Amino acid sequence: MIEAKGLTKRYGATVAVDNLSFEVKPGRVTGFLGPNGAGKSTTMRMILGLDTPTSGEVTIDGQRYRDLHRPLTKVGALLDAKWVHPNRSARSHLMWMAASNKLPKSSVDKALDMVGLTSVANKRAGAFSLGMSQRLGIAGALLGDPEVLLFDEPVNGLDPEGIVWIRTFMHRLADEGRTVLVSSHLLSEMALTAEDLVVIGRGKLIAQSTTQEFVDRASGTTVKVRTPQLDQFAGVLNQQHLTTRIEDVEDQGKVLFVEGDLTTDQIGEAAAAHGIVLHELTLQRGSLEQAFMQMTGDSVEYHAHEEIAAVTSLDAPDAAEVAAGPKEDN
Amino acid sequence: MSVIAVERIKLFSTRSPWWCMIIAAVLTVGFAALTTGFLKGADEQQATIFITQPGAQLSQMVMMVMAALAVTTEYRFGTIRTSFQAVPQRAALLLGKTAVVAFLAGVIGLIASFGAWGIGSLFASNADLAIDTGAEWRLLAGQGLIFSISAVFAVAVGILIRQSAGAIAILILWPLLVENLVNLIPKVGDDLARWAPFANGSSFLNQGQDFGLAGPGAGGSDFALSPWWALLYFAGWAAALMTIALVSASKRDA
Repeated sequence: MIEAKGLTKRYGATVAVDNLSFEVKPGRVTGFLGPNGAGKSTTMRMILGLDTPTSGEVTIDGQRYRDLHRPLTKVGALLDAKWVHPNRSARSHLMWMAASNKLPKSSVDKALDMVGLTSVANKRAGAFSLGMSQRLGIAGALLGDPEVLLFDEPVNGLDPEGIVWIRTFMHRLADEGRTVLVSSHLLSEMALTAEDLVVIGRGKLIAQSTTQEFVDRASGTTVKVRTPQLDQFAGVLNQQHLTTRIEDVEDQGKVLFVEGDLTTDQIGEAAAAHGIVLHELTLQRGSLEQAFMQMTGDSVEYHAHEEIAAVTSLDAPDAAEVAAGPKEDN
Repeated sequence: MSVIAVERIKLFSTRSPWWCMIIAAVLTVGFAALTTGFLKGADEQQATIFITQPGAQLSQMVMMVMAALAVTTEYRFGTIRTSFQAVPQRAALLLGKTAVVAFLAGVIGLIASFGAWGIGSLFASNADLAIDTGAEWRLLAGQGLIFSISAVFAVAVGILIRQSAGAIAILILWPLLVENLVNLIPKVGDDLARWAPFANGSSFLNQGQDFGLAGPGAGGSDFALSPWWALLYFAGWAAALMTIALVSASKRDA
């Protein structure tokens, strides 16, 4: 278990990590989520004892990383796939790592085999593609067969094949009962990979919960209604104490959104009772992106104004379409 | 000692240390060939062991560059972080690196000095180049010690500066220029020069040598300390700098 207590890191006047406390439970994949510059990498470096916290501490099974004996057998980490000497072969890179923790030479071959680099083991690491470098980094992390694994943005810059490979690999590691902490700013990726989430923004903890809870809590469902009798229907719904909002949606004209955890059944029945014509009735479930933006919206360090506009146009991936009537109607 | 194994694997699994070592050995031997190869008659008879060694300082520089690069390339490519992750006891890891680099530098120092002496004996076969005084043994075998200690110096500077160009500039400018320029400072200049670390390193080698052809005073004459004290003084500087470097590396963020 990884446990952070009041973890703080200051660089001059900048506070990179601000009084951060969280737990990473064993045997699960925990996503470490936050926008770029939120302090994820700094936190991971502090977990590994590379950076010293300004205050607070982080422990692995109650021990600080710097006090670990043969740390690679306890914690494996891939923070940056480029942290390899370009003229050193993949095998030599793993060889010195193995020697540092008194691991047998066979562990090197095993790790190479696990990530599928055996055939290029004697090639210089500088000639590797990003995907291969990433695999080499993972081989290094797995070298000591550790219970705890840390990965910083492992899918960044990878092609789809590489992404699927990493994702499958993470699940395999968790299935083997290991503790996995994966950082990412890609929320959809975390939804597929992580069971638990630690969400941070501007160095502060925003949420710690299961992925499901996080999405449920942060984003209620909305019902999208297209009707020619827009104002009339809004009035009807308001009478029933429902919150409505009318928005201009591109190509569709004015659209009515009903807030609160409602089903399309309720809205449909209300429309029928008052003789309202419906062109579309759609349940929109909040996506992880929306939940994330909603919760970290204030904490993005460098805000572009366009970003906010972009969020509202994000379509929920699993929106249940209950269209009443053909769209060509208007 | 796993840190020794780690640093040995690291050093020998890239090519540049090999090149540095070959160049360092070849330079001293090559210079000896140049200084002794064209000697004729009376000049040849005046050749001494001292004049087979002019390339040694250059080789020493090359080995210092290798020693500094052994650290700074780790910072450049980020492998220092992987290293500290594998061995969180940073001082132990860096001392392991220092030991490996210093040992190799010492070996190269010995190959260079005795190799140069061998070539000199071959070319200037009419001169008396037999090693028969303590001072002559000190000049040749001592080169190994001087190479080792300067490698420690270089590793320490590399740890403190963390950057190849800066570290190499300091390591070359300090012994070659700074220690000579302080001479120009009125009143204290002479003392500063006499007590400079690298000056004491060469004082250890040069005291009591027969400079022969090179003329008296070729190896300096103003020595602050007796040979072995001078060596200890030089080593003291290296140890002090290394201590500062290790404390700094343990405290700073990697």
